Amino acid sequence: MSNLILGTSIVEDEWNLVKLPVLGEETVRKQAGKVVLFKLTGEKTYSEEQIAATVIPATGKILVPLSLWIARRAELESRLTAGELAIWLDTHEVLADLVSAFDDINQLPLIAVHVERFADGRIFSIGNLLRTRHGYKNTLRAFGDVLRDQLFFLKRCGFDSYLIRADRSAEDALASLKDFSQPYQGAVDDKQPVWRRVSRQPASQP
Amino acid sequence: MYKYDEIDQAIVDERVAQYRDQTRRYLAGELTDEEFRPLRLQNGLYIQRHAPMLRIAVPYGMLSARQLHKLADIAARYDRGYGHFSTRQNLQLNWPKLEDVPDILAELATVQMHAIQTSGNCIRNITTDQFAGIASDEIIDPRAVAEIMRQWSTFHPEFALLPRKFKIAVSGTKQDRAIVQAHDIGLEFYRDDQNKMAIKVWVGGGLGRTPILGSVIREHLEWQHVLTYCEAIIRVYNLHGRRDNAYKARIKILVKALGIDEFRKQVEAEWAYLKDSPNTITEAELQRVAQYFTKMPYDTLPAHDASFDSAIASNPAFAAWVKRSVHAHQQPGYRAVTLSLKPHGRAPGDATSEQMHVVADLAENYSFGELRVSHEQNLILADVKLSDLFSIWEQARAAGLATPNIGLLTDIICCPGGDFCSLANAKSIPIAEAIQQQFDNLDYLHDIGDIELNISGCMNACGHHHIGHIGILGVDKDGSEWYQVTIGGKQGNDASIGTVIGPSFAAEEMPGVVQRLIDVYLQERTEEERFIDTVRRIGVAPFKAHVYAKKEAAHV
Repeated sequence: MSNLILGTSIVEDEWNLVKLPVLGEETVRKQAGKVVLFKLTGEKTYSEEQIAATVIPATGKILVPLSLWIARRAELESRLTAGELAIWLDTHEVLADLVSAFDDINQLPLIAVHVERFADGRIFSIGNLLRTRHGYKNTLRAFGDVLRDQLFFLKRCGFDSYLIRADRSAEDALASLKDFSQPYQGAVDDKQPVWRRVSRQPASQP
Repeated sequence: MYKYDEIDQAIVDERVAQYRDQTRRYLAGELTDEEFRPLRLQNGLYIQRHAPMLRIAVPYGMLSARQLHKLADIAARYDRGYGHFSTRQNLQLNWPKLEDVPDILAELATVQMHAIQTSGNCIRNITTDQFAGIASDEIIDPRAVAEIMRQWSTFHPEFALLPRKFKIAVSGTKQDRAIVQAHDIGLEFYRDDQNKMAIKVWVGGGLGRTPILGSVIREHLEWQHVLTYCEAIIRVYNLHGRRDNAYKARIKILVKALGIDEFRKQVEAEWAYLKDSPNTITEAELQRVAQYFTKMPYDTLPAHDASFDSAIASNPAFAAWVKRSVHAHQQPGYRAVTLSLKPHGRAPGDATSEQMHVVADLAENYSFGELRVSHEQNLILADVKLSDLFSIWEQARAAGLATPNIGLLTDIICCPGGDFCSLANAKSIPIAEAIQQQFDNLDYLHDIGDIELNISGCMNACGHHHIGHIGILGVDKDGSEWYQVTIGGKQGNDASIGTVIGPSFAAEEMPGVVQRLIDVYLQERTEEERFIDTVRRIGVAPFKAHVYAKKEAAHV
């Protein structure tokens, strides 16, 4: 069964996720003996060798990392034209790099943001900026450590698709999209704050 | 004060349902400890030394009598019959059961209360001056904007998982009592040259491990833009604040790393897009909320009251209490009263259920059914008639709430420390109690005069030790508890961070150390000087010399 939510339904994933291959030992970053869980914004976390060694499926819809598109654009142009290319990026990658890599990001039928740790709230600002600043209109997907308790926030920040972590139920997660009926502040999904949305009269004094 | 409409009520009710389900999933093993952690924290639930600790939000420190009665009942039913008022004007329960928390939240929701975002890496409870709306030096009552900001920050989707906690304080008085310079964002309200409400915005202040006073990011912000401007600040922080090291994750570290000018440039660039977006506050919305913070229906009273004057003249104990606990008011014939939660020998900021009921009754009978919590961890009746002060004093005294030590050495600001908190390096409450015992002489305390002593059990600085005139910080050295002492810290417009006087002390030395600091002050002070003034005039050296000279002599 698929674990992908699109809108409010569970759907099959028609995109083939392309990842950069792991070459040799992955280095574990540590500080004061502790594993560093989060990468700094703008930190480069791939090598030229990884880009070169990535196998691009010859047919079908492919969801490729931003770094691969930037480095091997010539090979991928025709796929973009055919509507078979989507891009994913990590929360520590710089959004401006994505925006400047396309004449119009709405050429992309799908942008996916990978969140390595659910506690990484950069994904919310990235979603917001893609929708509001950069006018992205197509499917915006969250994948990685995506759990139901963040779905309501992701939705409000402009995401409309969520690949729930494999060991959790997407069916259960659907319920969390409706956690709150009338949120206070304006956000991407409803730009009006509650006081512009409904008429709020002073409550009667008890 | 603010009253919920059906929209506010729906949000807290939906929150109870959401959290009840999260707790159920955790107890059923469907959520790991790591996954449940941010969920429970954003609901104020810590896992502590003995039991969970639940922090209940008291938005900008305002409570109704009905709410305080409910808190008293909750403390009696789900805890051990007392609660702890914190330096962020919230109430903490030290012994609730994890599985009871959804029921506690449901009880709170019936009196328009919650525990939303009282912890975790999100926008926390917004704090302000406990005398907002009545202070004689008030320029603007900031509570309506504080309430609008409370609503805006509640479940703000973009800022639900920030690099670290985020604290906002608002102030609208000449003398800052909200410590705006020690907050991630500090909003100082004033009237501009057009006589319009405007805000001076401070950013990047904070205590904790790296104490830094904030910088001014914008001198003049029109009030209607406060939400969008904060969104610009917090967005830059959310994207660029460090997440790889929790000790370097506060906004102050980012501001320091970029420099305030570069940080301002980035915020202004972001704000250019956000300015005038729908979260811009309308005049109508401000008016709607401001209606809840209008002046109380005061009686027209003369500035003096004969019964009060004669009680002062005939009763020295009452007079001593009035001197410390009663504060000026905008309205003739009215005063604000601080009820002390600092009786000598008790944990500072603690109140029993019985005491909470007494205070709630006093608020109902004498102060329009409302009260406030101060960040100094006392309770305030804000609108009391002069002629009622004597009755209030008698009732408060009978309940142990009238220690005449407000603003004096034993009005200690203190976190729960190692007795309760799992973050603490050292106990703080026993140090406070030992100091209170050492100075258990009211005449002597009055002679020492205005002074602030703050104790934190670890560098997270919940006791705000950096801005105490005397600050005490619990530290861990090779597994034993030691105490580092700073002097010269201060809150207010001329805020400063205290200076460490030297190597740390053992717990049993602390009352003596404070005594020696006081000795130097009493010897060196001029007629007009408070402790802090003397420290600022003569510097740290004479204090240091006396404290350590005695220490060495004693060890010979």
